[in-house]
Amino acid sequence: MPPDAGRAAEQVARQSYGKLIAFLAARSRDVPAAEDALSEALAAALRVWPERGVPDNPEAWLMVAARRNLMQAARHRTVQANAQATISLAFEEAEERMNEAGKSVFPDERLKLLFACTHPVIDRSVHTALMLQTVLGIEARTIARSFVVSPEAMSQRLVRAKVKIREAGVPFAVPSGAALSGRLAAVLSAIYAAYGLGWDGLDGEEERHSLAGEAIWLGRALLTVLPDEPEAIGLLSLMLHCEARRSARRDGNGRYVPLDEQDTATWNAIMITEADVLLRKAGSFDRFGPFQCQAAIQSVHAARRFSGATDWQALTTLYAALVTMKPTLGARVGQAAVIGRAVSAAAGLERIDTLDPRDVAAYQPYWAVRAFLLANAGDDIAAADAYMTAIGLSDSPAVRNFLASRLEQVRQASPG
Amino acid sequence: MQYALIIREAPEDFARRGDPVYRDGWMAYIKAIGQAGIVIAGAGLTSPETGTIVRRKGEDHDVQDGPYPEVKEQLGGFYLIEVPDIDTALEWATRVPISDKGSVEVRPRLQM
Repeated sequence: MPPDAGRAAEQVARQSYGKLIAFLAARSRDVPAAEDALSEALAAALRVWPERGVPDNPEAWLMVAARRNLMQAARHRTVQANAQATISLAFEEAEERMNEAGKSVFPDERLKLLFACTHPVIDRSVHTALMLQTVLGIEARTIARSFVVSPEAMSQRLVRAKVKIREAGVPFAVPSGAALSGRLAAVLSAIYAAYGLGWDGLDGEEERHSLAGEAIWLGRALLTVLPDEPEAIGLLSLMLHCEARRSARRDGNGRYVPLDEQDTATWNAIMITEADVLLRKAGSFDRFGPFQCQAAIQSVHAARRFSGATDWQALTTLYAALVTMKPTLGARVGQAAVIGRAVSAAAGLERIDTLDPRDVAAYQPYWAVRAFLLANAGDDIAAADAYMTAIGLSDSPAVRNFLASRLEQVRQASPG
Repeated sequence: MQYALIIREAPEDFARRGDPVYRDGWMAYIKAIGQAGIVIAGAGLTSPETGTIVRRKGEDHDVQDGPYPEVKEQLGGFYLIEVPDIDTALEWATRVPISDKGSVEVRPRLQM
């Protein structure tokens, strides 16, 4: 079997699976029961499709297989009785829709599932994991690895969250009107967190890299249903900008390359162009928000491939806006870094000193930026000290080695 | 919650202890975890061949040099830390600068 066939089958299977889970769960409100009915079918599809080819109507194939499993489960009573009835009805409804005048279009209700997974009654820390598992059908084991937790702990968290969806009667619906923007923020954050997991998994972690792709795919899926939400457009623009520079973050020897030292020729120009087009489109709605702002920041960095220089002044303005809208630690550290470039290292240090020491004690980017600013301000001894802390807080060998070389530079500057 | 970070190193990690780059990585980790204010106790240990094993044999004791040579990774050191949850403990475990041949075990402290 060619590996491509396997991957193609997996992608189709997973997209169909997500659609079917969403369809069944939206009716039964019982995610675990819907998963029980479908997971065996998915496993069968991944065995059979790569060899025999993907069927013309993958959803119908999965549904027939899932229905058979449900009947078997009914005999073994592994699915709760009330869920069984609802899911049986949902299967019938789905079949009817598929048989309507030979139409093989299956309603895509994954978005409802996205909103259910990120509902305020579900603990925020599980949103992303729950979304990855239920909407994309990614295994708990893979998700656990990305989150650095044990597979058992991750499974427990997911089970608890799904029970809560059922018990609390979380609606499977896309909110409308005023409620949408608040709820959409949680969906966007969960998708961006999934992208972040993939972004961090750079050193030979194929699985995590694919999470970045999945997140981008989710961002696109979101736009097909909500085409007029500027923040959703901004999120996709942001992810594409980051993705365009993914491979540039390591040189041929696997060494870390910081953004402003990257060779712009290694960036993906097609992705950057799409990202910029999206950003302009988002701007046309005249409703600025944090994701558009972060995309704009990346867009300024990307412009270096034409101008040969980074517009630090523009970045200072954008970071000021970002910190006003969403004063996260990351945003505030980023702001100090660009002020350090646009104004002076001393001004950057003044800004970074406004952060509460308790908040940043174990926050690696703070120490890396602080060390960089101190080195630029000529305070080599304090810079070396901050570099040490930054190295100690890094979990990537490539980043550690990069910071160690910077540390070496400041040590040589101050033989002490 | 209190957790032990049990750090096991491979023979090549023990061999690299004299290497300034490896040592610097450890110094950095020790500094960072110290500044975080979560360390209750901890120590690095000398290499396994310096160990002595004492076993009970009925009424007597059997004393032997060093640990068993066939083990791929040996205890290199440990920390006892106080953090809000297992996730934070695991975060500190991922920062330990051992090679990919070593490991860090995170285990909750026994509550008496």
